[in-house]
Amino acid sequence: MEHSIYLDEARDPLIIAEGWMKDGKDVAIATVVETWGSAPRPVGSHLVIDAEGNFHGSVSGGCVEGAVVTEAVDVIDSGKAKMLEFGVADETAWQVGLSCGGRIKVYVERLG
Amino acid sequence: MDPYALKTLNAERRARRAAILVTDLGDGRDRVVREGDQVAGELGAAIAKAFRTGNSGSVEAEGRTFFLNAHLPQPRLVVIGAVHISQALAPMARIAGYPVEIIDPRTAFATSDRFPDIAPHAEWPEDVLKRQPLDSYTALAALTHDPKIDDFALKAALDAGCFYVGALGSRKTHAKRVERLLASGATADQIARIHAPIGLDIGAASPAEIAVAVLAQAIHAFRSRGLESKGAVA
Repeated sequence: MEHSIYLDEARDPLIIAEGWMKDGKDVAIATVVETWGSAPRPVGSHLVIDAEGNFHGSVSGGCVEGAVVTEAVDVIDSGKAKMLEFGVADETAWQVGLSCGGRIKVYVERLG
Repeated sequence: MDPYALKTLNAERRARRAAILVTDLGDGRDRVVREGDQVAGELGAAIAKAFRTGNSGSVEAEGRTFFLNAHLPQPRLVVIGAVHISQALAPMARIAGYPVEIIDPRTAFATSDRFPDIAPHAEWPEDVLKRQPLDSYTALAALTHDPKIDDFALKAALDAGCFYVGALGSRKTHAKRVERLLASGATADQIARIHAPIGLDIGAASPAEIAVAVLAQAIHAFRSRGLESKGAVA
């Protein structure tokens, strides 16, 4: 419940993404753009990923990050943004789901 | 995301200024909108609302879908005076999500014994505010009624555009304060922003009740930012 008035630069995903970019890395940014039901992370939350699959931040409570990282590496290769959707017992496109029963939509785009 | 947009956004966030990243989900184009930038139409209305509430979300406008990611600095409360009211105000404000700083150069007041979880600054406001400047995401409550301690901080709060400025003291005390602030170069419009007597009128009598009135008034000021000109603020 303690809020800092300054950014936590060591853990802030967008600050980390900027640092990676300065280091010449290819980066993808994933953003929660919609949630339904009980979703662990609010709309606007970020996961940032580099081409080697390193990541910081979160878009869920750890349930779907693995899948997002895999997709992000594709997005870095192709440069084409993707909209991913995850939900509980989602048998259509995704093998992973949210155990909390919520659903989330995650936009994954390349930086630059 | 455009690398320039990311750099701009991070620079705004580091400086504790509000910004919204607007992304067209159709073509992926994005741009940073700063608070006060004029954006027309439905999109502009949605952006204004996002600045006020801090909520991110998608919006349909001009036949397109935009995602607005609102980055608002953490609002906080700076209290001048390690007084009895402050002892109640500090924990209440923290629970409500507003980190608190207490500043009082009187070392007998600003003790960790009286403020166990806060680490009050036993220094002059001039010195603390030089290190940690006020800004538009800071509320300032001046509670000492000592001009030597309160006045500098009040003037600094008005100049920094603090979202809330409140000053303890009777109408008579405030009338004298207004004269001093005018003499120190504050404008009449600035002075009109000071909430004095401080706190919502809930008939507060005890120090803790006054703290409730001050906190409620500060929250109201925060949640109605940008609505002043539309007459929505009482």
